[in-house]
Amino acid sequence: MQSLTLSRVTKSFGATAALRDVAFAVAPGERVALLGHNGAGKSTLMKIVLGLIAADAGEITVLGAAPGSAAARAGTAYLPENVAFHPALTGQEQIRHYLRLRGQDPAHALPLLARVGLAEAARRRIGTYSKGMRQRVGLAQALIGRPRLLVLDEPTSGLDPVSRREFWTILDGLAQDGAAILLSSHALTEVEARTDRIVILSQGAMVANDTLAALRRRAALPTQLQITARPGAADAVAEALAGRRFNGVRVDLVCTPEDKLARLGQIAALGAMVEDVDLIPPSLDDIYRHFSSEAAQ
Amino acid sequence: MTPVLAIAASELRIALRNRWVAISVAMMAIFALVLTAAGSGPSGTLGVDRLSVTVASLTSLAVYLVPLIALLMSFDAVAGEVERGTLALALTYPGARATILAGKFAAHLAILALAVAVGYGLAALTALAGDARAAAGLAALWRLYWSSLLLGATFLGVGYAVSAWARRPGAAAGMVIGVWLLAVVLYDLGLLAAVVADNGGAFTRHVFPWLLMGNPADAFRLFNLAASGATAAAAGVAGAAGFVPAWQALGLMLVWPLGAFALAILAFRKITP
Repeated sequence: MQSLTLSRVTKSFGATAALRDVAFAVAPGERVALLGHNGAGKSTLMKIVLGLIAADAGEITVLGAAPGSAAARAGTAYLPENVAFHPALTGQEQIRHYLRLRGQDPAHALPLLARVGLAEAARRRIGTYSKGMRQRVGLAQALIGRPRLLVLDEPTSGLDPVSRREFWTILDGLAQDGAAILLSSHALTEVEARTDRIVILSQGAMVANDTLAALRRRAALPTQLQITARPGAADAVAEALAGRRFNGVRVDLVCTPEDKLARLGQIAALGAMVEDVDLIPPSLDDIYRHFSSEAAQ
Repeated sequence: MTPVLAIAASELRIALRNRWVAISVAMMAIFALVLTAAGSGPSGTLGVDRLSVTVASLTSLAVYLVPLIALLMSFDAVAGEVERGTLALALTYPGARATILAGKFAAHLAILALAVAVGYGLAALTALAGDARAAAGLAALWRLYWSSLLLGATFLGVGYAVSAWARRPGAAAGMVIGVWLLAVVLYDLGLLAAVVADNGGAFTRHVFPWLLMGNPADAFRLFNLAASGATAAAAGVAGAAGFVPAWQALGLMLVWPLGAFALAILAFRKITP
């Protein structure tokens, strides 16, 4: 059974269509990234999944139940964008509060805070925390009670690179335990390595829903080849490959995915004239731009 | 621990740190002591024990102060969470929206109970120290105590409803002050003007008592006056006390908090984070 399914979900605010016929599913243990520009409908979609706002049309099941129902809420954890807490409470008090709301032992607060690297600051008021620390409190509350579905809105915003890596490690562990994860992000490069599937929203419509490899194939974006020639041979290399000389030693080539092997063969045939070759596949940013602009046309 | 208690515990902690507990207790204590000191002079000549006189003064004090403290504690309850951005997360946790309000209500009512107990307790101690017969007024003081909490509970509910309706703490703060002025000050002034103009006619005898009960603050006043005849002479609305039986006023005192809380839940349900 899927942990989350959406079919033909539509929502408008007045005359503005926030979501149009969005349909996808998240399986247990799957990490799905929701990408889109600001205002593409990511947060609206998440709030509908959580039952905070109602969809105008379409069907949504969360852990086999209706969004916002007691069963759905019991198994779902949420990390809002720019998560906030009452500044007068300490991190430990805040997590104890959330543990009690989920019917868990409040004594788990310190281990949870330690898991997100906040053991030292647990007894300080949240009002004194940095944005990254608040984000980690938010992550700690999302880990309470082994949730089966996690909905994370921009979870890594405000985190430094080390914290980001720790965050993704925690997320990997959750997914291995069978939790389904739906997250949105602007940091496309990190999503690339850490998620199983990518859903792209553009102006409320879903323009892509596939693995990164499949999206790469579908977009058929050119691969870039950077060839480093031996000193003095750059012009000859550029001429032989019909490429563009970038500087004294580098020649750039752009080729379609199908031509890639043939091109590499040509480069290899140049033998001693070539010192090195770098192959740069289209990045997630390129793919994201491709599908977003395709939808806009 | 149930969710209501968990929310109440956090709210109590927040109120302690925000000094709301200290402010409420200090306000009640200072006003009660000032009133007792001011009212201690003429007690001997009236032939009534000193505590009963104190209770009459405290009734007038409570009508103004208890709703004010309740509204000041409650205006931020929903609007503050909306503004801080903490509401969306709270609403994804298990439990109905009414649970969140019930938790806040339990905490705020406990603070009010403490503040009123300290205020009335100080007044009672002063009266008991100065007059051996003052123990006769203890029953009236106890009645005043729990009816004050019912009055406070009503205005807590009204405060939550205003807070949910206003959505912004600044707007909510302005609106609760407006509610307070209207319900506690202007309502009575308007009625007084109407009674004076009517000069003992049909309005005064038939409409006026019902209008008094249509306001929780006046229902509170009526109940405490009707229940203790000894203090009736001391208050302005005493005339109406004769028209309305104590049990009716008591019934209203019990209905008002429920109605106000139901209103708060209705307003809170309309909020989309």
